[in-house]
Amino acid sequence: MVKPGSVILNTAARMLMPLQLLFSIFLLLRGHDEPGGGFIAGLVAAGAFALYLFAFGVDATRAILRAVDPRDLIGTGLLLGVLSALPAWFVGEPILTAQWWPIDALGMKLSTPLIFDIGVYLAVLGAVTAMVMTLMEVDTDEG
Amino acid sequence: MVQLYIGLGFLLAAVAPLLHRWMGDRTNLLLVVYPALAALWLISQAPGVIAGNNLVFTADWVPSLGLSLTLMLDGLALMFALLISIVGAFVLLYAGGYLKGNPDMARFHAAFMAFMAAMFGLVLADGLVTLFVFWELTSITSYLLIGFNHQDEKSREAARQSLFVTVGGGLALMAGLVLLGIASGSWSLTDIRSLETDLREHALYTPMLLCLVVGAFTKSAQFPFHFWLPNAMAAPSPVSAYLHSATMVKAGIYLLARLQPDLGDTALWTALLSLGGGVTMLLGAFMAVRYTNIKKLLAYSTIMALGTLTMLLGIGSDEALIAFAVFLVAHSLYKGSLFMVAGILDHETGTQDIQAMGGLRAAMPVTAAAAMLAALSFAGLPPLLGFVGKEAMLKAVLKADAFPLLLAVLAFSAAFLTIAAAAIVALRPFLGTLKATPRTPHEAPLSMLLGPSVLALLSLLLGLFVPLTGPAFSAVVTAVAGAPVEVPLSLWHGVNLPLVLTMSSLLLGIGLYLCWDGVRARLATLTPVTHRGPQAWYYAILRAFVSLAEWQTRVLQNGYMRHYILVMLVTLAALLVNSILIRHAPGLSLAFDVRFHEVMVAATMMLGALAAPMLRSSLGAVVSVGVTGFSIALIFLLFSAPDLAITQLLVETLTVILLVLVLFRLPRFSHLSTRFERIRDGVVAAVVGGLLSLLVLIAWDVKQFTPISQYMIENSVSLAHGRNIVNVILVDYRALDTLGEMFVLSLAAIGVIAMLKLRVPPVRRSTGE
Repeated sequence: MVKPGSVILNTAARMLMPLQLLFSIFLLLRGHDEPGGGFIAGLVAAGAFALYLFAFGVDATRAILRAVDPRDLIGTGLLLGVLSALPAWFVGEPILTAQWWPIDALGMKLSTPLIFDIGVYLAVLGAVTAMVMTLMEVDTDEG
Repeated sequence: MVQLYIGLGFLLAAVAPLLHRWMGDRTNLLLVVYPALAALWLISQAPGVIAGNNLVFTADWVPSLGLSLTLMLDGLALMFALLISIVGAFVLLYAGGYLKGNPDMARFHAAFMAFMAAMFGLVLADGLVTLFVFWELTSITSYLLIGFNHQDEKSREAARQSLFVTVGGGLALMAGLVLLGIASGSWSLTDIRSLETDLREHALYTPMLLCLVVGAFTKSAQFPFHFWLPNAMAAPSPVSAYLHSATMVKAGIYLLARLQPDLGDTALWTALLSLGGGVTMLLGAFMAVRYTNIKKLLAYSTIMALGTLTMLLGIGSDEALIAFAVFLVAHSLYKGSLFMVAGILDHETGTQDIQAMGGLRAAMPVTAAAAMLAALSFAGLPPLLGFVGKEAMLKAVLKADAFPLLLAVLAFSAAFLTIAAAAIVALRPFLGTLKATPRTPHEAPLSMLLGPSVLALLSLLLGLFVPLTGPAFSAVVTAVAGAPVEVPLSLWHGVNLPLVLTMSSLLLGIGLYLCWDGVRARLATLTPVTHRGPQAWYYAILRAFVSLAEWQTRVLQNGYMRHYILVMLVTLAALLVNSILIRHAPGLSLAFDVRFHEVMVAATMMLGALAAPMLRSSLGAVVSVGVTGFSIALIFLLFSAPDLAITQLLVETLTVILLVLVLFRLPRFSHLSTRFERIRDGVVAAVVGGLLSLLVLIAWDVKQFTPISQYMIENSVSLAHGRNIVNVILVDYRALDTLGEMFVLSLAAIGVIAMLKLRVPPVRRSTGE
């Protein structure tokens, strides 16, 4: 059903996708202080892949994803979310209590909320991309 | 430590398959060490408990919630734990011989060890919740053990039946325990015991007692829930010997005995237990002599014994409780022994039918001796422990406060029927001429002989030296009565009414034994009546449940999306009407400061929503829904919520993408609904929309709790190191909610993928509509 798109769409997708992905990571990392965060960033990244899917089809998208199956991203995201709950346990606080580990050399802080947010990002990205991809695959199967 | 030992039992169950791989048949001997050590430890603790020092073991679990795993060892618990460990050790040893070479031995060991550990936990538990958890664990492991021969349809059905009945009763038990916890304000049996207030006068007493009694009656196979126990004989004989005579079926009895001091001695308690128990007692004894299958016969006589125990708890006098303790121990010993004998006969001759056996005394002298010794205790003849138990029982029944005459008649009838049953089991297979059996009979191996012989000998020794056991039984009765009770026990009480009753029941019983074949033929005419018994009710209820499930699936889950939405919206509307209009007097403040551009955005939103159901093209409908969505995003932006606005925009965009992909697969819009349905749907939509608007307006005014947004704003930077409060809420303050939502999202994605990848076979699709 969905045929590879026009020249304009193809060119735009090729240019836009890396920018969109970069932007999503930017949103993810600044999310704690400025508008953004894992959920929004995940949606932006999923939008990037959706655009690429429309332009080049499922097989080409799988090719740029290489070994990464979007469905695995869902599981990885959930795993990160659960893992980020655990460090608090080891210092004797209720689970999910945020832990902060400042890294002075880089002038930034690593924290469990960040890990958690990355988990959200991956889960959202995986879920939406997997859904869109499966929908398109069904189309090609029956088309 | 005790907690760890119970845990060790479950661990052994888990590693049983591994042990089998490493050690083969020797696993059995290793596992026997577990109950044997438990028995030794219990015996070493016995003097202290008998002296009146109850042991309490506490292990904190979640201290902040006040949760702990507390175990308590008093006289009652000690008696049960000793039976579980001693009978358990011998039955396990026996199982090693009985199931030798069975490829599923590892599975048997896993379920058996888990059952044993659960049983220890059940009788030692101090917390109501702990007790319930272990109670359910025994039901589940019992299910696995009854269905051990899972290739056999009958085994599976019997296992399922016992699970439904005991777990169904378990639900009642849970309700009863919760009521008990609410009424007493405590979840610990020790605390409930030392309560100032009298639970018998509590408003919840009647429902609580009824629930608890249903739980106990299902577990302990009391009328009308008894039918699962004879069917459970589909299990291998070691399982019958252990679970369905000595231990698990006594769990219900244990619970009632445990609650006796706090809930007993009311009119309701006495009526339920003594009548229910009495009827069960006679029914079990009567049904027993109708069967020629040795295991069925023993199962029904177990029902008789359980009924007797319940009846004695119902009578509740000191004499009755003494009889209870002695009868319980006696029954566990002789019935465990007889079930193992039945297993030996089955194993060595290849049949369970008593009529097919005869003259086996020469080939199996030890088995014959053990069977006869145990049967003497079963029949209640001196000098065995069963005699002491039965004499005490008759004495208590004759002195009962309520229904003494009725109970005496029931007890006497049960007594002579039991004597006949004992004679049938112990004499028929071994006396007379040798009959040809499917297998050539020969004596069983030592591992299988040890159990029945030792248990039968214990019956004899405890009977002969019964005066010495007084202090031990006194500890048990003290725990059940809730106050110290002296237990004077002796074999010879002189010629009194109970002895006269025993002797006359002996004559009647021997008479019945001699003309058993004729009587059984007569009783066969009763078959149509017994076929309408509780078992038939069980199947009727089961069928009714299946029909109900089918009906509600047809009505509520008929596969039409529009139908689901209608049901959900109508339910929502009903709930909203209830809470807004009826329970909450609405106070509306409509003084809003509305700007012109806000009105315009809202109008666009409404136009989009109105256009969507009216447009004839699907693409148009998608676009108009999108208009509504983007207008909402605009509103978020106007009220300075950039995160929400971005999210809304992205979600809208992706929704449109998904819809476009789906739309091509949908049929063209067409009129499927009638005019009436469309009007109905319109009304429902308008009502729900109106109610939700009203809810929002009311919510603006309702402030039941102090808002926590101020706290979140103040601590966002200092505690959570973040200036974007929305994000801080998502990943820190309310991270658990977000984690839950992540799981929901993932499950939804998996569901979508599974549905899309599912290829329904064309045959089913054509019959579906």
